[in-house]
Amino acid sequence: MNDLSYYILQLADDALILGHQNSEWCGHGPILEQDVAITNISLDLIGQARNFYQYAAKLINESSTTSFHLQNGLEVSEDTLAYLRDSRDFRNNLLVEQPNGDWAKTILRQFFFSTYQYYLYQQLKSSTDNQLSAIAEKSLKEVNYHLRWSSEWVIRLGDGSEESRQRMLAATDDLWTYTGELFYPTEYEQRLPGEVIPVDIKSLKLKWEEKIRTVFDEATLPYPVNAFMQTGGKEGRHTEHLGYILAEMQYMQRTYPNSEW
Amino acid sequence: MTTHQLNKETVYSYLTEVKDPEIPVLSVIDLGIVRDVILSGDDEIEIIITPTYSGCPALDAMATSIRIMLSTLGFKKIKITQTLSPAWTTDWISEEGKRKLKEYGIAPPNPSQQVCQEKLFVPNEAIQCPHCSSWHTHRVSEFGSTPCKSLYVCEDCKEPFDYFKCH
Repeated sequence: MNDLSYYILQLADDALILGHQNSEWCGHGPILEQDVAITNISLDLIGQARNFYQYAAKLINESSTTSFHLQNGLEVSEDTLAYLRDSRDFRNNLLVEQPNGDWAKTILRQFFFSTYQYYLYQQLKSSTDNQLSAIAEKSLKEVNYHLRWSSEWVIRLGDGSEESRQRMLAATDDLWTYTGELFYPTEYEQRLPGEVIPVDIKSLKLKWEEKIRTVFDEATLPYPVNAFMQTGGKEGRHTEHLGYILAEMQYMQRTYPNSEW
Repeated sequence: MTTHQLNKETVYSYLTEVKDPEIPVLSVIDLGIVRDVILSGDDEIEIIITPTYSGCPALDAMATSIRIMLSTLGFKKIKITQTLSPAWTTDWISEEGKRKLKEYGIAPPNPSQQVCQEKLFVPNEAIQCPHCSSWHTHRVSEFGSTPCKSLYVCEDCKEPFDYFKCH
């Protein structure tokens, strides 16, 4: 598998894992309208993941050098990529696999990630790879909603009651250490040709920090100072949470292979 | 019917019979998701479609309905291709589609330049109640029963309603 396929899988895995986690709020949201909102965001993210997986599957199947050990000679598809890989093969950022926690934690995780996706897709839109540029352009319109919605909630909770503020502070403590990884390029990311992946990780980081700072200021939340950042997710070294997520998500396909509904 | 009588326009007119399963008054043509029809040979056809939102589950259902419709018209080789670019926008919903949405009780989308922006806590768009035509309405949630809608309520007739949000 080549660097580009790895990178597309990283984009897909991020969207799928966060989409799956958000979907667990379905029927449990704090109020009906926000339950509907978070599950709509799930749907968008899983849709984006499907577009990336379909494209990764096509590249993998076309590549003659592929040694994709899980597939027993079968063609790789969006479903085999989502349901039949193990946690070491998942390349998502650690941030998206962190547990839902309370509403504040889910909101903050979404806000950190949507901000990242928003600026990432803006850059990816100008890729010379037509399919990647199309997926980025399409997804960006959806992420715009996610970012606005999650930003407003960070402000509402941070500058809300004493209880909501405490919960936002606790969520920030839990999640901040997983945000650095978004901007540490892996070796395969560094090898990607600039015209195909026109992502300037330095400017991406600056824009992300600026947005977080603006919203945190408005939310009267202190911008965190923490030098230590966890990494490893993009290279398959995950926190213990991913295993549980995959066990739940992949159970049906692994128990009843090739089942459809 | 033999397919060689069919030209592009006829195919388009048949496709107006294929409805969105979530909003059954709208056809795939009204929605603007059919981007092209390519006739190549007597019984071969390719339809290019684009999703409204990336995760919209109605797209697969609509692709299946299109396939069934075309096979009843005599096409043997039917290819349905999904394209993502240019990205779908509510500006592609036909005027007739917007009228049908309103009659069905869903407020039709405003032109897209009005709202697709980054700013936070922007005032609600002025949306007319599809039931009593009052402008005295407010947004309950930016997200609704499907990805393409948001929830509003009318302060005059007190009815909640869906707004087909601009995208």
